[in-house]
Amino acid sequence: MIQHATDRRGSAFLREVIENTPGGQRILHCLQCGSCGGSCPNGADMQYTPRTVFAMINADEREKVLTSNTMWCCVSCYFCTTRCPQKIPITDVMYCLKRLAIRDGLAKDTDAPALAKTFTNLLDKYGRSFELGLASRFYLFNKPLAMLRMGPLGFSMFTRGRMSLVPKRIKNIGQLQAIIAKARQLGGRS
Amino acid sequence: MKYAYYPGCSLEVSSAAYDVSVRAVAELLMIELEELDDWNCCGATEYFSQDELTACSVIARNLALVEPRLDQLIAPCAACYLNLKKTDRLMAEDAAMGARVNECLAAGGLSYQPGRVRVRHLLDVIHDDVGESAVRDKVVRPLAGLRVAPYYGCQVVRPAAEADCSEYPMKMDALFTWLGAEVVHYPVKAHCCGGHMTQLSEPMAFELIRRLLQSAVEYEADLILCMCPMCQLNMDAYQSRVNGFFQTSFRVPVVFFTQVCGLALGLEPTRLGFGKEIVPAMPVLEARLGAAPAASSR
Repeated sequence: MIQHATDRRGSAFLREVIENTPGGQRILHCLQCGSCGGSCPNGADMQYTPRTVFAMINADEREKVLTSNTMWCCVSCYFCTTRCPQKIPITDVMYCLKRLAIRDGLAKDTDAPALAKTFTNLLDKYGRSFELGLASRFYLFNKPLAMLRMGPLGFSMFTRGRMSLVPKRIKNIGQLQAIIAKARQLGGRS
Repeated sequence: MKYAYYPGCSLEVSSAAYDVSVRAVAELLMIELEELDDWNCCGATEYFSQDELTACSVIARNLALVEPRLDQLIAPCAACYLNLKKTDRLMAEDAAMGARVNECLAAGGLSYQPGRVRVRHLLDVIHDDVGESAVRDKVVRPLAGLRVAPYYGCQVVRPAAEADCSEYPMKMDALFTWLGAEVVHYPVKAHCCGGHMTQLSEPMAFELIRRLLQSAVEYEADLILCMCPMCQLNMDAYQSRVNGFFQTSFRVPVVFFTQVCGLALGLEPTRLGFGKEIVPAMPVLEARLGAAPAASSR
């Protein structure tokens, strides 16, 4: 049975989410009003809207939440965050759920973790994003068939000078990599 | 007025039209931009999905690189703007987080005092710092007869509503009124373009893009004005894919607000990156405003 969302005793999962979300204590104040799901441009595609997710977090439904598609539908538009009457940083909670799902290998039916990893690998290496490298690596390894459909779009970008064939590396890449290595060593919030 | 300038990766190549028009417009409006030396990528939404401390540390390197004599940083890309602002705020509000980010920066010989740099969006700077009368004074080619749909998207107006109202922002509307354009008031101007969803789920992304194009067309806009590279890419480069998906026939030019602003200030289209958009904008601009200004103007 789902506990009341403001139950301050909280489940282990609730404590984990609070711990790993900046300003996460606000979750305790959820009124179950549903402004979040109603504001979400992708709410209709979510298995559970944020309101339901908060109740599930409280009920310790960790695996159900982390294997759901909810956080992968989030496009960081922050409508839920600005509209939440209880000031819950909902988009940041979604980021937290993404991190936990990726870390524990629970992300299901989504290429989002692969996209994120491909993107940040390029960042780590060059210090800048490299769109052609990102698109080609991401599609090749995750959705090779879709790559064919992207051809005409890539071509029109290229002919308008909107696509570089070579990556650009920042001058002081060593400094950036030292910062990243330290961050990895200290361990983030998750 | 002097500001540090953080172009962001998109402005280097895929949205070079934004970069050239930002620089050209800024110069005319006496906004002095000093590009941050050796800036790095902000990580978009992708680092925050994996590791918060690394996300913040990568972003904070840019804040730390701002020269001590400058205290404001302009980021024209909505994602960069939000990331820089968010990191500054996270470091300020959570002292332990701030200390850990600084420990990471120290590994690169850097440090950053939260709150030292104020992150701004160029639209905000033009609207608030330059202001109405200075902008009006610079208009040499009023945009009379041109119906523009200002599109704000998400990440400049939310979550921190500092730059404008988070539900129905108005600063770009005001700017284009000063420039003489007819501003279209349409309900979805701060709705989402789908961000990186075009790479993950086309049905989901295309529906969001369709809503924006549909609304702008219903309100009879000649073109859509963007303030973010991702929004411009999604609505412009994916427009034909959206048409194919929904059997629609949208053909709405989507350009950066600085490009059209530059026209009103008398700059030539070639100096503003026109021609890089996939759905051409010049036909409707010439139909409404007449031929491009003579080469002698600016």
